[in-house]
Amino acid sequence: MNEADNQAPGMEYEKELLEQVGQLKDEVEAGDMAAAMRRIADMGEERDQTLYLEVGRLTRSLHEALRNFHIQAGNEHQRQALSRMGDASDRLGYVVELTSKSANRTMDLVEASMPLASQIQQEGAAIRSEWQRLGQRDMKAAEFRQLYSRIQRYLDVTCEDSSQMYENLSEILLAQDYQDLTGQVIQRVTDLVRDVEDNLVKLMVMASDVDRITGTVHETAESSEEKDKEQNSRGEGPQMNADKRDDVVSGQDDVDDLLSSLGF
Amino acid sequence: MKILIVDDFSTMRRIIRNLLRDLGFSNTDEADDGNTALPMLKTGKYDFLVTDWNMPGMTGMELLKTVRADDNLKSLPILMVTAEAKREQIVAAAQAGVNGYVVKPFTAAVLKDKIEKIFERLQ
Repeated sequence: MNEADNQAPGMEYEKELLEQVGQLKDEVEAGDMAAAMRRIADMGEERDQTLYLEVGRLTRSLHEALRNFHIQAGNEHQRQALSRMGDASDRLGYVVELTSKSANRTMDLVEASMPLASQIQQEGAAIRSEWQRLGQRDMKAAEFRQLYSRIQRYLDVTCEDSSQMYENLSEILLAQDYQDLTGQVIQRVTDLVRDVEDNLVKLMVMASDVDRITGTVHETAESSEEKDKEQNSRGEGPQMNADKRDDVVSGQDDVDDLLSSLGF
Repeated sequence: MKILIVDDFSTMRRIIRNLLRDLGFSNTDEADDGNTALPMLKTGKYDFLVTDWNMPGMTGMELLKTVRADDNLKSLPILMVTAEAKREQIVAAAQAGVNGYVVKPFTAAVLKDKIEKIFERLQ
């Protein structure tokens, strides 16, 4: 769609109409009814012509918009395969898959590390209290020999477990590489959505010219109350820019304040 | 103490399961939406329900209302853990009889605090 196309012939039609009305008035006042009737018929004809032209323009733009999204005529399967929308859904599906895989990998490693950490902690605490007894000379020789080998085992296990934990931590680090990949994918889908919006706005502008010529008025009042109700139960998902909005809480503290103001 | 965790994302169920285990609640089951959760709850095995709001099938809000309308289940303590952050939604959940409301993202400390508060009030 280029700019010239956006200059609607509807405007020209209106100018023409204005002229014709002036002449029509003259003809009626002069009593020339035959000429007046002919002029009215011409005006109708002119309106139809303009309308055809405008609808043609709209259709062409629609085709162009679809071509921009690489949706070619053909069977449904081909259209699906060529559609950038379909591609975008696949890409977002890929983001979900990648983030889920990464989250699970991270949790696997965390769950594997936690028992190691708590083992080091528990045995360390037990040895520390034994060690304090030794410091207070409150230990028999046999107990000391036991403590000695216990410390030996603890050092072995701790060396092994902590290097395992280190390995787990660096794998957790690597599991965050999804951010780069998903970031790129989401960026591309965002660009597509912007493209689609631009094209839809252009189409809407053209369609409004058709509406103007035909005098079509659309029902815009939705049964929004019903919709709201359903939406309310459905949930809306995470809210963006919560700190800039009054109708959204910006964190748990806000939730707690709100609930306690309700008597909770 | 047997707890049912309802969330459509398995990662979130896993996070909550781990946090609950750290709090000493290791007896947990999971469901991925209200439709799966409801028959499980109706067995009467559960003492506590942790649910998300936005799920395909039956939402957490519908589950909350259904549970409160069921004579056998209506006193079940329910904690909602959700990304839904509109004030009117929180008010609606409170009016529907939720016992606690945690917004995502949340911390282990917040979850612990809310669960403890719920039990305190029940005693």
